[in-house]
Amino acid sequence: MTALILTIVVYPLVWLVLGSLKTQPEFLNNATFALPENWANVDNYVTAITDGNLGVYARNSVLAVFPALALTILLGVAAGFALEVMVWKGRATTLLLFLAGIMVPGQMILLPLFTIYFEVGLTGSLWPLIITYSAIGLPLTVFLMATFFRGVPREIFEAATLDGANIFRMFFSVGLPLVRNAIFTVALVQFFFIWNDLLIALTFTNRDELRTIQVGLLNFRGQFGQVDYGPTFAAICLNVFGTLAVYLFLNQRVMKGLTAGSVKG
Amino acid sequence: MGHLLGDRRAIALLLGPALVVYTLVMLVPVAWSMGYTLFEGNAISGFTFVGTENLSRLVEDPNARDALWFTVRFAIVLTLVQVAVGYLLSLLYVFVLRRASGVVRTLVFFPVVLPTVAVALMFQQLFESAPRTGPVNALLEAVGIGGVDWFASGSTSFWVIILMETWRSMGFYAVLLYAGLVDIPEETLESARLDGASGARLVRHIVLPLSLPVLLSSVIFSINGTLKVFDSVLALTNGGPGSQTTPLTLYMYQTSFAYGEYGYGSSIALLLTLLSLVATLFIFRSSRRDLTKA
Repeated sequence: MTALILTIVVYPLVWLVLGSLKTQPEFLNNATFALPENWANVDNYVTAITDGNLGVYARNSVLAVFPALALTILLGVAAGFALEVMVWKGRATTLLLFLAGIMVPGQMILLPLFTIYFEVGLTGSLWPLIITYSAIGLPLTVFLMATFFRGVPREIFEAATLDGANIFRMFFSVGLPLVRNAIFTVALVQFFFIWNDLLIALTFTNRDELRTIQVGLLNFRGQFGQVDYGPTFAAICLNVFGTLAVYLFLNQRVMKGLTAGSVKG
Repeated sequence: MGHLLGDRRAIALLLGPALVVYTLVMLVPVAWSMGYTLFEGNAISGFTFVGTENLSRLVEDPNARDALWFTVRFAIVLTLVQVAVGYLLSLLYVFVLRRASGVVRTLVFFPVVLPTVAVALMFQQLFESAPRTGPVNALLEAVGIGGVDWFASGSTSFWVIILMETWRSMGFYAVLLYAGLVDIPEETLESARLDGASGARLVRHIVLPLSLPVLLSSVIFSINGTLKVFDSVLALTNGGPGSQTTPLTLYMYQTSFAYGEYGYGSSIALLLTLLSLVATLFIFRSSRRDLTKA
């Protein structure tokens, strides 16, 4: 039973790697389950990265994802602190306002944003992606950070006020270290959401040079499609290996974080 | 000490940036998008006021009805399948593998983090029928059933999407439900075993009733997520054949960007949002406590 489940999960990925090593004639002439003839054949990878532009797409993804990730975490953690640790009227309502954003489908903000970016002249750069990703990540980040700050005993913050710490020192030297692990977990979750996004990237990348890795991969079909199997397999593999590398080292944290973020559905 | 944690200037500085970004990029566009439902046109050509024309078109449009029906059917079927498979996996983890389940849990979870586009392209190849026979058809031919042209009809395409999404998400639901199952006190299970309950009977009469709350949350999370399905369908079938696998999300996208009809696109988006809203109201009514535990 367990073996069957593991086969179902792992086999497609192994098959993908095997395919990425095959040549076009092998794909068309050999049996479906045949092993690659040359195990050191990396031509497909070279083709995918150079002719397939995958290198450029990956760079765009990195340039869009990491600034957005930094912004959404910085703003979200500060807001979570203000909403959970600090005491003021209206904070419950404000938290609910952020929560509502988790439900809003991307389609609901796409058209106005497109109009705004077009009017402001940001179309044709990666800024629309960075800005949109930062904002879309906020509801979940604020919600999770508020939850984590709630888990910190209030006495710690009250003791810090008695010691004469001002509020910003309290945020940076008392609050942040206490939730450092949580911040890392949330960042990891957001990384996967943003890195794997297709909708936003597809809408705001109007030129080939701006495409992220997901949009690039989607168009790979159009470029090579039925003609060139090897490079397509290699391109899928490269995209899969990236996430595999992160998952290999941080899987327990990823699992914890993603299930904590399950509100997002 | 109260006044330091209530310092208004500090609150404004900490909360302000997030609130401004969130308001400008999400709240304002949501309201703006609702406004668009009364107009016709797009960002490049400009807009004309048409009143409730878009909304009445939405009511009559057979394509919109098909997309709505697909979305609802997809959300219900996928939710049932993925939560059921996830639950069976979690039972396997808890009762069969027990302490050894760690590695299996981690492996089965892996597809969750994979980019949807990559998974969809992979499934296209797995289920390919021509010009090359993919592994699935090769297997079917080997056992004598014969290959199927999976993407030639709406119903087979539908099931390939369901299969793919289940492959992607079963590990996620398994871990979510696993967390609920390990919370069941060992004494409860032990006393049920002493009373002679075991295997399927134990699951049906003791485990299932006790895991109902976490099953319910899973169902609601799943509905909320599956109503918004976009990437998987776009990358796997692009809504085809014809428009037989087109959900509201994709229909909205095509209407807006292929035909440049922002007003009608916004109306479809609004319908989708209302649908999600109904689902989300359920989330916060029925499972608020479970959310904060993680």
